[in-house]
Amino acid sequence: MQFFLNITLGGIATGMIVAAVALGLVLIFRATNIVNFAQGAMAMMTTYIAYAVLHQGSGYWLAFVAALATGLLFGALTQVVLIRPLQGKSPLNAIIVTFGFLIFLEGVAGAIWGSQTRTYPAPFSEAGQKIGNTQIAFSPFDVFVVLAVLALMILMLVLFRGTDLGLRMRAVAFAPETARLLGVRVRPLLTLGWALSAAAGVLAALLVVPTSSLTPNFMDVILIYGFTAAVVGGLDSPVGALVGGLATGLSLAYVGGYLGGSLEPMAALALVIVSLMIRPEGLFARPAPRRV
Amino acid sequence: MPVLEIEDLSVSYGAVHALTDVSFSAAEGEVTAVLGANGAGKTTLLRAITGLVRPRKGTVRYDGEQLEKMSVEKIVRHGVAHVPEGRSVIEEMTVDENLRLGSLFRFSRRQRGPVIEEIYALFPPLAERRRQHANTLSGGERQMLAIGRALVSRPKVLLLDEPSLGLAPIVTARLMAVLRDLTQASNLIVVLVEQNARSSLSIAQKAVVINLGRVVVCEDAAKVAGDSELRHHYLGY
Ligand SMILES: Nc1ncnc2c1ncn2[C@@H]1O[C@H](COP(=O)(O)OP(=O)(O)OP(=O)(O)O)[C@@H](O)[C@H]1O
Ligand SMILES: [Mg+2]
Repeated sequence: MQFFLNITLGGIATGMIVAAVALGLVLIFRATNIVNFAQGAMAMMTTYIAYAVLHQGSGYWLAFVAALATGLLFGALTQVVLIRPLQGKSPLNAIIVTFGFLIFLEGVAGAIWGSQTRTYPAPFSEAGQKIGNTQIAFSPFDVFVVLAVLALMILMLVLFRGTDLGLRMRAVAFAPETARLLGVRVRPLLTLGWALSAAAGVLAALLVVPTSSLTPNFMDVILIYGFTAAVVGGLDSPVGALVGGLATGLSLAYVGGYLGGSLEPMAALALVIVSLMIRPEGLFARPAPRRV
Repeated sequence: MPVLEIEDLSVSYGAVHALTDVSFSAAEGEVTAVLGANGAGKTTLLRAITGLVRPRKGTVRYDGEQLEKMSVEKIVRHGVAHVPEGRSVIEEMTVDENLRLGSLFRFSRRQRGPVIEEIYALFPPLAERRRQHANTLSGGERQMLAIGRALVSRPKVLLLDEPSLGLAPIVTARLMAVLRDLTQASNLIVVLVEQNARSSLSIAQKAVVINLGRVVVCEDAAKVAGDSELRHHYLGY
């Protein structure tokens, strides 16, 4: 029973981190109608910068804020330089460019920092807690992860459902020409969408890095799980990303805990296949368009 | 009295001359019907007015300004609303969100509610579906939403590209009646592109017939509707 409980808690902690990655993917999809394969690599680069800030002698939180700010800037810059020239062409072009950018960034990071692993601290203790006589595998850091990811999801819900800015961003993503005909300035909003989603990616990276440690490809695996979660939950739903993240985290934990760690990737694959069979558009996606 | 004035407008897509030296003007409180066969250049004309395509030469003047040099967003903020071909509602949004989007640049948060209610009063079927996603609407409801979303910003110029396409005759008739009343009540300048010449001529004061990118007729609508030879020749009825 305690084993089951601890596996579940571990799955929730992993799942929330996966959800953070998925939320970044949902954000960019809703704001610009593409998926960004380079999101993890961009966050990786930013985390190296945060690492440098940290080793200047700044505290964790200063590095944290610096990382988010750098993420915003990096996202905006990437959109202006790489993606804007492709505006008006098929979204597939931009998606392929993000894939190339992923490979490019990992190469650059390898060249600058090498493949040696660096440890990155957590802001709170990563040790499990004792409640009464039972050892619980849920640390103060895990609590922080849960709260941070919930905050991100709520901010996204408020942005897209409750604000004029979010309404404009959605219009720009799904119907840029119609948006312009309604007086919306398209370009700055696309840039903003990239900036925000890059920052969300950085948040995810900062939650992953204490357990995975920092290398040029430390975001690869979690990005794949993030895609799993986003596909399961529906690419356009923040709540779906959270539920998809938890489903992914728990599947990984149960399969890893009961069947062995080498089967974990299979668990994610099985989850995607099953959920696509049940609801191809994603569990929380809007109803499929009706063409008239 | 402000008019929409189009002078010597020419638009090309590469080697294709879609419009050549098009000139006409559209007055306040009037519906100007633009007629012509498929490929005549009607859609191109509206897209050139709102800046979605740039003319090779010529001018578009409204209210003392030259529109052909402004950005699309600026033209729209100037009071020119364009309902494009094919019911361009945003399917991912609810009816209410579509209308809210149309009102954003003109009205403050507090003013928006009443303005949107006016649109619901104009098109009651939309009022019953305000929380529904636009992709669940019928063709006619989509057209109402597309027009309502253009009207919600209280434009001075309304450009409509084939609003009756695919609608039942009775729905078209109702739509035309709404347009006629609205044009007079709000002193709108309406440019109405239609394949359905009969129904658009019934509410228009002026008619512009385009053939192969050139204006071949620019007359009172009543005269065009009464001239059976002209109708046979260009409008096929
Ligand atoms: N983006 C484009 N690229 C190249 N040619 C175009 C483009 N858009 C329109 N054309 C051409 O310009 C001409 C005018 O097209 P337009 O869409 O304005 O006609 P239309 O009068 O609206 O026709 P319909 O009644 O079928 O809607 C056509 O010959 C068309 O093939
Ligand atoms: Mg057309």
